[in-house]
Amino acid sequence: MNPASLRFTETHEWVSAEGNTATIGISDFAVHLLTDIVYMSLPKVGKVVRKGESIGEIESVKAVSDLYAPVDGEIIEVNSELADQQVLLSESPFEKGWIAKIRMTNPTQAEGLMNYDAYKAHCSSSGH
Amino acid sequence: MRNTTATRLLFEMSHPGRGTQIFPESDVPAAGSHIPPIPATMKADAPPALPEVAEPDIVRHFVNLSTLNMSVDSHFYPLGSCTMKYNPKRHERLARLHQAANSHPYQPESQIQGLLKVLFELQGMLAEISGLPAVSLHPAAGAQGELTALLTAAAWYRHKGEDRRRVLFPASAHGTNPASAALAGFECVQLSAGTGGFVDLDELKKEVDARTAVFMITNPNTLGLFEKDIRKISEILHDAGGLVYIDGANMNAILGKTRPGDFGGDMMHYNVHKTFTGPHGAGGPGAGPIAVRDFLADFLPSPIVTHDPSRDWYSLTTPKHSIGQVRTFFGNVGILLRGYFYIRTLGGKGLREASENAVMNANYLLSQLKDVLEVPHGDRCMHEFVASAKNLKTRTGVTAMDIAKRLLDYGYHAPTVYFPLVVEEAMMMEPTETESLETLDAFAQVIRNICQEPPELVRSAPHSTPVSRPDEVTAARKPVLCWSDCKS
Amino acid sequence: MAYLFDSPDQRRKMLDAIGVSDINELFRQIPAEVQLQRELRLAPPCSELALQQEMELTLGAPPGPVPACFLGGGVYDHFIPAVVDELTGRGEFYTAYTPYQPEASQGTLQAFYEFQSLICQLTGMEVSNASLYEGGTAVSEAVFMAMRVNDRHGKVVILGSVHPEYQQVVRTYLAELRTEVVVVPAKNGVVDPADVAAVVDSETCAVVMQQPNFFGCLEDIQSMTDLAHKAGALAVLSFDAISPGILRKPGDYGVDIAVAEGQPLGTPLQFGGPLLGVFTCRNEFVRKMPGRLIGRTKDKNGKDCFVLNLQAREQHIRRDKATSNICTNQGLIALRATVFLAVVGRLGLQQMAELCHEKARYAAEKLTQIPGVTLRFSQPFFREFVLSTPEPAADVLSKLAAAGINAGPSLARVFGGTVSTAANTFGISDQDQCFLVACTEKRTRQEIDTFAAELRRILQS
Repeated sequence: MNPASLRFTETHEWVSAEGNTATIGISDFAVHLLTDIVYMSLPKVGKVVRKGESIGEIESVKAVSDLYAPVDGEIIEVNSELADQQVLLSESPFEKGWIAKIRMTNPTQAEGLMNYDAYKAHCSSSGH
Repeated sequence: MRNTTATRLLFEMSHPGRGTQIFPESDVPAAGSHIPPIPATMKADAPPALPEVAEPDIVRHFVNLSTLNMSVDSHFYPLGSCTMKYNPKRHERLARLHQAANSHPYQPESQIQGLLKVLFELQGMLAEISGLPAVSLHPAAGAQGELTALLTAAAWYRHKGEDRRRVLFPASAHGTNPASAALAGFECVQLSAGTGGFVDLDELKKEVDARTAVFMITNPNTLGLFEKDIRKISEILHDAGGLVYIDGANMNAILGKTRPGDFGGDMMHYNVHKTFTGPHGAGGPGAGPIAVRDFLADFLPSPIVTHDPSRDWYSLTTPKHSIGQVRTFFGNVGILLRGYFYIRTLGGKGLREASENAVMNANYLLSQLKDVLEVPHGDRCMHEFVASAKNLKTRTGVTAMDIAKRLLDYGYHAPTVYFPLVVEEAMMMEPTETESLETLDAFAQVIRNICQEPPELVRSAPHSTPVSRPDEVTAARKPVLCWSDCKS
Repeated sequence: MAYLFDSPDQRRKMLDAIGVSDINELFRQIPAEVQLQRELRLAPPCSELALQQEMELTLGAPPGPVPACFLGGGVYDHFIPAVVDELTGRGEFYTAYTPYQPEASQGTLQAFYEFQSLICQLTGMEVSNASLYEGGTAVSEAVFMAMRVNDRHGKVVILGSVHPEYQQVVRTYLAELRTEVVVVPAKNGVVDPADVAAVVDSETCAVVMQQPNFFGCLEDIQSMTDLAHKAGALAVLSFDAISPGILRKPGDYGVDIAVAEGQPLGTPLQFGGPLLGVFTCRNEFVRKMPGRLIGRTKDKNGKDCFVLNLQAREQHIRRDKATSNICTNQGLIALRATVFLAVVGRLGLQQMAELCHEKARYAAEKLTQIPGVTLRFSQPFFREFVLSTPEPAADVLSKLAAAGINAGPSLARVFGGTVSTAANTFGISDQDQCFLVACTEKRTRQEIDTFAAELRRILQS
């Protein structure tokens, strides 16, 4: 998937919206920051989430980062391959490394997120 | 010279039928069936498959393992925040005296008056050293001391009818502070790093209000600096009806020089294994007694040792509004006693001298290193300081971790690295008072050498240790945590 | 006498290098108004010889023979083979710290990995951490872990036959949280599984059991484990560390978390501390576990080695979201247990457990031959039991102590007395006349016979 077609949050989640379904993941930039990811705690299917809520955890050897819901909705599917193959997050952050699908209660939320250029500017301005 | 046969895993050394006769045959006749027998459904089919190893092999195994360690007895160990000072041998022998080693926690008081007397005296000593009058020896470690004090504060607030749910701490705090606060059920509020490594009073004022229960602060702080505004900090908390908790991890800097109770602290814990040199035991056991102000005394955990002078009798009692126990039995008596022996050996004068020399040694080491490594928070410290390898990293790619690893090659334990989190490429060094000028000079020279060495040599260190850098990524991805895991 | 190297010339040299004229100048960082202007009021410094002589008087054995220890209630007077003290007394072990630098700590790391491996064999559980403080906090940590696993925070169900001090510790830890602690009474020395079923619901995070229980009796762990699972709660079992020598292991029951007080594995009583919290669970929960974990891996040259593993769960990284506030393990005590289990071995552990059991049965038989003295509960027991006498237990125990026999504690002491304020959920009317009697492999036939003779004498006088 071309990142230029995605939307991004300040906390490094990406969103690909199709109708009222959002596929989410974390950006290549975030994966690089975390270095070697060793474990991924996936969201629970069926869980109703609100934007900004922590829905999972991404663990490296010396750090753990929360995965935040970029939109309101219900988790309808998770990428269970990630449980054993965290390497997908770094090898293919925008395709095979997708994390979950959310049935959005308010699809306009996704449109309000940053585009790739704005996200890249955000990353470089936040000193990383 | 290494004996790698002896350091195979015990399970790999096991051979059926080997072992050592430890226990005699039973000397009692079998009881009759009117004493209810254990039903077959509750009996094991076979005993657990523990290894069968002969005693001589066991001795060689552990003796060889011990040689793979660095320790205070064998190496300089400037691990910041951990106070790795000399562990006097006399304490080990004294701790084996009968009442110390063999008393059962439910033993009659009449048989342990000597032990209770010593523990009572220790309560008094810790009150005097902290300037806080009420002491509980109960908590098992510093982190549990934190939790205990927070629960004590919560009980006090509830008794007063106040609902305060917020615990504040600076960004430089030990991880245990927020972890203890969260475990106790409080909401955690982290303040920013502040300027110059000190708490930002304006920010503190903004955050402290009627919801604030406790401000947790390490003093001297984790940068090795004494919080110059500690009295103002305390006033801000006290004016808002809050309490000040002093994390006593760094007490080795201030014994007999100043006291938490005198600079505004309301509660604190000691790390007996640090300040009062109970050995660290390769990671415990410790002991985390707490000292608190008089108004909190009734809420302390049970039991407390009390003394009835009219009968000269020591007993265990429960404070009036006690929060209860946070662990089984009295406390980590074996470690507490080592602290008592230490305080008795040094007296007030000796404790002060220990802190003075700890501070002098740290400042001396700082003076010898500040030209080689950056020390972002000035050229004065208390008993420890935080240097940074940031510039070196930019210049050569050598990180704090690389220097730490390379030090091992030269026979020095590494300093604490990457803590506190507020300093990039942090290397926290605490030489303690029980090191000589010669040791400090040699260590400083080695650091200077390392900074001059070819970067690739340092980055690939250590080169002379029993193993080189472990693959922690694979370890964490596919954890192998017991012997049977690797069989399969 | 602070173990210093201080000499006037070197001090001068150091102060000159620092750039101060005297040490007090270094303490100017401390505002003058909070500096202590006097010496601490403590006893004067004491030489090694003087302290040794004084402490021998204060902490030595009281005059006369050492009483025989039939005391129970969670820690026991077990035999400690000489190799345990010899090997753990090596400074390379006990003066090291937490193995943060694996390259310089392989001795400690391998020993703890072996501890974890031995504990897995002992319990039949899949994963063990490198230890927690002691048995009571291990139970508390198990409750918190259960909450993380099943995200239930409403209720924890604890059997009334669990050690009353463990119950108390759980209550203290939960004091500021909204989790309700429901205690199921033990009516006949054991808990009726139907009573547990009645209170376990969809809000229950865990059912906490103990085997053998505080009264020494054997519970129906299997039924209660099954009904906990049926309700989606975790089954948490506190077990006697010696008992797997002859009893079913925690893993055999399919419990989710098994904990124990590890003191019987080679650590002296020390008035109840330091002790050893054994903590094990199912593999699937490993990342929710509290405490240190040692893992086996390869170094960069492909050599086998050991590291602190899964540290991202811990307080120094996760801070307020850590799985526990615990910093270290009980390193030296875990090492004692490692050496102990190695030297005792498979058959030694079985023999030790059998000796405890046979001696306890013999003691029960001898003691209940005394008129008016009965086993309070008619349940099978492992190594300790509750004795009921016609006289108040407190009086009987102090008279026994004077006669060189330490038994107890009395049930009144632990359920209603000063040691624990845990709710008295055990609720038998004659608890004032009941006390525990425990046997270890160390108790001899002669000591048991003396115990019986003295008890007979006391009750007849």
